[in-house]
Amino acid sequence: MSALGFTNVTVRFGHHTAVDDVSLTVPSGQVVGLVGESGSGKSTLAATAVGLRKPTSGHVTTDGRVQMVFQDPYSSLDPRMTIGNSIAEAMPRRKDKKAEVARLLELVNLDPGRATSLPARLSGGQRQRVALARALAGQPRVVIADEITSALDVSVQGAVLNLVRDLQRQLGLSMLFISHNLAVVRYVSDRIAVMKEGRIVEEGPAEQVLGDPRHEYTRELLAAAPRRHTRLEAS
Amino acid sequence: MRRLTVLRSPVGASSAVLLTVLVALAIFAPILWGDRAAAIDTDALQQGPSAGHLLGTDQLGRDIFYRVLVATRLTIGLALLATVIGVTTGLVLGSIPSVLPRWAARIVTSAVNIAVAFPGLLLALFFAVIFGTGTIGAVLAIAFAIAPSFARLTQTLTASVSGRDFIAAAKVCGVGRFRLLTRHVLPNIAEPLVINATLAAGSALTAFAGLSFLGIGVQAPSYDWGRLLGEGLNRIYISPAPALGPAIAVVVAGLAFNLFGEAAAAGHRDQPRGAVAPRPRAGGQEPEDGLLTVRNLHVTFPGGITPVRGVSFTVHNGEMIGVVGESGSGKSLTALAVSRLVEHPGTVTADTLQFNGKPLEKTPDRELGTRLAMVFQDPMTSFNPTKRIGRQLAEVSEVHQGFTRKAAFNKAVDRLKAVRIPDPERRAKQYPHEFSGGMRQRAMIAMGLMGEPQLVIADEPTTALDVTVQKEVLKLLARIRKDRSAAVLLISHDITVVAQTCDRVLVMYAGRIVEELPTDELFTAARHPYTTALLKAVPDLDTDRNAPLAVIPGRPPEPGEIGKGCPFAPRCPLATDQCWEEEPELRSFQPGHQVACWKSESELAGVR
Repeated sequence: MSALGFTNVTVRFGHHTAVDDVSLTVPSGQVVGLVGESGSGKSTLAATAVGLRKPTSGHVTTDGRVQMVFQDPYSSLDPRMTIGNSIAEAMPRRKDKKAEVARLLELVNLDPGRATSLPARLSGGQRQRVALARALAGQPRVVIADEITSALDVSVQGAVLNLVRDLQRQLGLSMLFISHNLAVVRYVSDRIAVMKEGRIVEEGPAEQVLGDPRHEYTRELLAAAPRRHTRLEAS
Repeated sequence: MRRLTVLRSPVGASSAVLLTVLVALAIFAPILWGDRAAAIDTDALQQGPSAGHLLGTDQLGRDIFYRVLVATRLTIGLALLATVIGVTTGLVLGSIPSVLPRWAARIVTSAVNIAVAFPGLLLALFFAVIFGTGTIGAVLAIAFAIAPSFARLTQTLTASVSGRDFIAAAKVCGVGRFRLLTRHVLPNIAEPLVINATLAAGSALTAFAGLSFLGIGVQAPSYDWGRLLGEGLNRIYISPAPALGPAIAVVVAGLAFNLFGEAAAAGHRDQPRGAVAPRPRAGGQEPEDGLLTVRNLHVTFPGGITPVRGVSFTVHNGEMIGVVGESGSGKSLTALAVSRLVEHPGTVTADTLQFNGKPLEKTPDRELGTRLAMVFQDPMTSFNPTKRIGRQLAEVSEVHQGFTRKAAFNKAVDRLKAVRIPDPERRAKQYPHEFSGGMRQRAMIAMGLMGEPQLVIADEPTTALDVTVQKEVLKLLARIRKDRSAAVLLISHDITVVAQTCDRVLVMYAGRIVEELPTDELFTAARHPYTTALLKAVPDLDTDRNAPLAVIPGRPPEPGEIGKGCPFAPRCPLATDQCWEEEPELRSFQPGHQVACWKSESELAGVR
């Protein structure tokens, strides 16, 4: 069963085709990593899933709510709203919001006492956790994570990645994890899709895509990814 | 606290005092002097100024000075009323398009656009004619004259906030349009709106006085400053005081509102900075020979913020050195200090700062311009978008090397070729926007090669680039170093990138170098707990997917937060009392390997 499905989705801006006939499924309870370079259409595809952008043709199917975590934690939280209110706002039903906010903050390893803080009092990593808590408050079936670690300091990236993995396993979430960083995608994903110029050029189980890439472009990406023990020689 | 910053500037403080006086007058003058201002004295008709009547009397013998004081309430009250109505109307007109369906939004926006095209005073006169003479007519006229520009301002500000991610995030959460407007948009644009409302109040005040002066504002027996001015003007050649009194009142009150608004706007633009920074410590080592020698470098900003705190390193000819650190570690400021690019109010001090055997501050611009090349993170903002790439490159040789225009251009083409830009003659005639990110970064490097650089400083040169392009740019830097035996100082947050390309690595944390070691030893013999934690925390393509990533608790300190002790102590698993008390110096513990840590070699080897 799939939690999120794109069927022949195309998005055009004027003459430019940002997403070109993409079909992709996020199976229930799995993480699909979406890699590609800037301008490949990853974020536009994500925007169609949450309704921020309408596909020019094709359609998106979900069997529940879809929530999204954005790249820049400094811009994705309203600076004038306490983090508790930001999280509560995303809750669908009017139950005990205060207790639920506390539970969610604890879930993302933040002190529930911080619910009354404004985002300015939080570091980037903490803000990104609040953004995750807000996404979870909507009780989603699918979470879309769009480059959620690329604006973070390297020493706090790891904590956010661990959290994403734990939450996904604990809650059985389905996820579309978008990143330009192959190592990060590899670490969290069950399946990997590679996007180039608006098209998905390769998709499959993570080990297979990285271990035995079929498409020329996937091989190129793998070769270009920085590795610790290979030295780059002068071109 | 921020709201009070307006009071710190002399203009802000004096206008605030004036406003307070005006408000006090508006409240108390009619109570205190209302009777005196209305008292008719048939014995003293149309008198000039005297000790009894400071500004003289009017045709019914009423004291003009007291009438001016008492009129403060009506004048300011009406001006504020007009402003409130105008601002509210503008706010509604400006924000309603974001709630309305698209076609309706377009109609409102177009109407506002047309209204903005008319001068405010003209609109006010137009409305005054429509609404008829009288107080209410004048208030509405001025209010509707203010409204269009406010609507436009609201629209512009709303548009700037609407693009932010938190709006998109709220939409994804299912927040409705109206709530989006009231809870997320308006609070975030309130500040500039309030400032502009203050300015609008000043103009409303003068405009209102104008209407009353013309006789289409306040009608007798009520009186405001404009009306008093009009009455006094009839006999200005006999006795100027009755006209000058209200005129001065109008000018002073208008100024008070406008200056207060200006001061608030200025306070909004630049946040205040604090006191003077402390001087760095004296003392240090003797300079050694190297292409670039840096000893005890400090970069300080007002308020005692010192993002670079005693950095020392040496770059030898033809070496490639990597500087690794997170945001706020001081790595970029170190690079800027070395290339003399730290801008005011930052100050750079160092025991030694030598380039090519000469103190950096004595190196002529021309020499620095040709021997030292700088490559920045964002190649889009480092080129002038209105000039062709070739000309921008050529300028370096024209200015610093005295080349002719033609020769300089030929050299530019040659250098573009050297960085492997295909079809360099054609490309040189293109504008920066016609280049892709990777191409632009190469062009930036080519610009550095216009001189004969001995040192290339590259600050996060590949962070904005895709991995495939990143690889090409890194290879290009490696080749420049090989072909021209130039030294390269590569600054990056990505330890993997540095490990791939450099000979030596400097690890920076909280404004200091905490470890310096050869790249070969980075993955096997790194000692500082921060370096080792960093290596474990960053996943690469060989990381075990089933084990959790190592986590460094907490976050790096901001430059203003550094106290005594080792700045890494709060996040360090090995920290002891000594670490919290005293900051360790960088000490050599093997040839070419220095560490700033109190722990012994065996203790440090244990954490790895």
